Amino acid sequence: MARRVGICAVAQTTYQRDKWHERFQGMALEVLEPLLAQTGLDFSEDKGIGMSISVSDDIFDARTISDNGMTDVLGAHMRCEEKIAQEGIQALYYGLAAIQGGHVDTALVLGHCKESQGQSRNMVTHMAFDPFYTRPVGLDFTAAAGLQAQAYADRSDVGDTHLADIVARAGRMAQLNPATPEAPVLTREEVLASPMLADPIRAHHAYPVSDGAVGMILAAEETALAICDHPVWITGVGNCMDSFFLGDRDLASNFALKQAAARAYQRAGIDQPRDRFDVVEVSDQFAYQQPMWMEGLGLVDEGCGGAWIAGGGPDAMNVNRSGGMLAGNPLILGGLVRAAEVALQLMGLAGERQVADARRGLAHGVMGPAGQFHSVAILERD
Amino acid sequence: MKKNRNVGIIGVGQSVYSSHREEVNQPEMINEAVVEALESAGVTIDDVECIVHGNMELFEMIHQPDLWHVLGTGAYGKETLRVTTGGTTGATLVAAADHLVASGLHDVVLAIGFEKLQEGHTTGGITNMADPLWGRQLQTGALTGMTAAQMIDEFGEERAKKVAMKYRIQMDQHAMKNNKAHRRLGLSPDQAEELAENSPQLVGELRMIHMCSQSDGACAMVFASEEKAKALCDQPAWIKDHITAHREEMFCIFGDAPVLSTHRYAARKLFGRCGITNPREEIDLFEMYDPSSWWGSDWLREFLLLEGDAHLKMIENDEIAIDGAFPVNPSGGVIASNPIGATAMVRVAEAALQVMGRAGDHQVPKTVNQALASGFGGTMWTVLFLLTREVPS
Repeated sequence: MARRVGICAVAQTTYQRDKWHERFQGMALEVLEPLLAQTGLDFSEDKGIGMSISVSDDIFDARTISDNGMTDVLGAHMRCEEKIAQEGIQALYYGLAAIQGGHVDTALVLGHCKESQGQSRNMVTHMAFDPFYTRPVGLDFTAAAGLQAQAYADRSDVGDTHLADIVARAGRMAQLNPATPEAPVLTREEVLASPMLADPIRAHHAYPVSDGAVGMILAAEETALAICDHPVWITGVGNCMDSFFLGDRDLASNFALKQAAARAYQRAGIDQPRDRFDVVEVSDQFAYQQPMWMEGLGLVDEGCGGAWIAGGGPDAMNVNRSGGMLAGNPLILGGLVRAAEVALQLMGLAGERQVADARRGLAHGVMGPAGQFHSVAILERD
Repeated sequence: MKKNRNVGIIGVGQSVYSSHREEVNQPEMINEAVVEALESAGVTIDDVECIVHGNMELFEMIHQPDLWHVLGTGAYGKETLRVTTGGTTGATLVAAADHLVASGLHDVVLAIGFEKLQEGHTTGGITNMADPLWGRQLQTGALTGMTAAQMIDEFGEERAKKVAMKYRIQMDQHAMKNNKAHRRLGLSPDQAEELAENSPQLVGELRMIHMCSQSDGACAMVFASEEKAKALCDQPAWIKDHITAHREEMFCIFGDAPVLSTHRYAARKLFGRCGITNPREEIDLFEMYDPSSWWGSDWLREFLLLEGDAHLKMIENDEIAIDGAFPVNPSGGVIASNPIGATAMVRVAEAALQVMGRAGDHQVPKTVNQALASGFGGTMWTVLFLLTREVPS
């Protein structure tokens, strides 16, 4: 049995529309300094942090090797730094492997992105489509999400009003989260009146463009208990890749998410996930995804997402108390920000949005057109 | 630090490397390497639990390319991880696979590095890595003439140029034995003088003939836990240890003060951890990421912790030849084949094939008990691997 790995510190910048005044390195430093201060760790040769795991994306950064130029602020001068070029929550998966494998005792995780840099993030995600068959059609992640949202609407009881309520709630929740100062409070009517983006996705259903950075310190059990009063253990991880072509998939089936969740539950020793989590953070890039991913996680009955929303399910199950992705954070950091939020809740450091006595939580990340890749992490405190 | 459990390399696959693989798209090219790796390991895709993937996106301009590449990687329904570190990506993928198996998360992992440089602008892509405010006006892709100038400064023009060309021709002679290699020019030692004069100059004495290729190609490797590796493979190549070191600045802005290279730093630390006191004696073979024959020659001194002109003598005395005392790059190295996201993995893969005794025509004529493999990337980044024939204790 490999040793336990704990999250010992969490820090993030605010997520805002355009941090024109800060470069990547400045945002990262804003995260690094509190992480070092919270844990007392440094980058000294023998006792310092064992490795740095960064998260960023060459195409969003418009820079070959987007971790190049970050070396110093990632503490990687003459040290190991490796970049997760995938959904950010995968940094937890990788950090867990590196520490449980015995290669290092501690790892710094730090992700950055400035979605404001591009004229449109759709120009970036458009490049994820193959140049022969799907890119010429003009697909991007927003258009693909529209197809999935339609398929899900056909399969479930989720309608336009439910989606408006999800967005309105996200705005209310975000008011209690100091990391999302720009999230607007919207009424159901305002959301319902917003223009179509990719039918049935309306403009207000989409996560906002934002810049920001987020980080954590991971440590093996012995070190974690020495540097932190309240480590949050990574007890289960799981992810899954679906096929690529949208026509090859049943877009409403949640195939990859079900697999990812089953793997995470199995590793965490959870047979029946329902009612086992005190907090849940899902990456709802678009409003329809909140109930759809909850169904895929097995936490809501399939096809019943609408009734779950109407019945106050999100509040009852403490789903996205942070405001979720709808309140804003860059695409590639989605799952990592979700995990940071769950860790803060379990540490009792979630301020005004704190859920009383939260002991176990679930964080979820998603990447690719119509949820091609999902990753789930289960976090617990003693 | 105590490793949770040992990890063995049990299979290697490589596509053919070429300047133009126009007959295949990216997933198809990757699939060539994957199929060969699975066959080499004696497993099927159903035995693989997790797939690790990496390259450098801006060369082909595919965002999150593992999404499309699932058509060729076999990752459908499986766990995946995508890790990149520029030129060192391939070696970092091996490190990631090592962690995933050592941790107990997975018993069998497939790692894939690839690049299809024909589909982009390599020098433009590399130039784009420099800081847009401070360095991009100065960056000239991967072409840096400094090492040639420094070696000429230190050892005199005649000797330095001769060594660099001898290294180059030696690598081509190795590549001629490797049917996967991209550039197999059939150079002979008596062409040295003519090449040194007539090959087009890129930067100073760094000439076209010295420089690595830009290639299309993919490499895949299969990793297994000790128990599985022993069951599946007669002679795995075991991962003894590895180290990564980054450094942002490539030279001293205060003049000629010596800069500690990440190569020397990483080698010193890795050898210290593994109890290696005399690397030239204790290591049987070295697969080095040598982007040009100037860097290859110069870096021997760094990796082997040599002083003075000991590294030049190794080249002059044919020690680095395939049948020499310390064979370097029997595969032909990076100067022969360079699909960047795969290149550093190919170094580890080729070292593994030599340990396994499965390198075919370019197998060195001795038992390889311990092999070293390096990756190079970024500004001045090093990944260094030590593989063994015996199970690490």
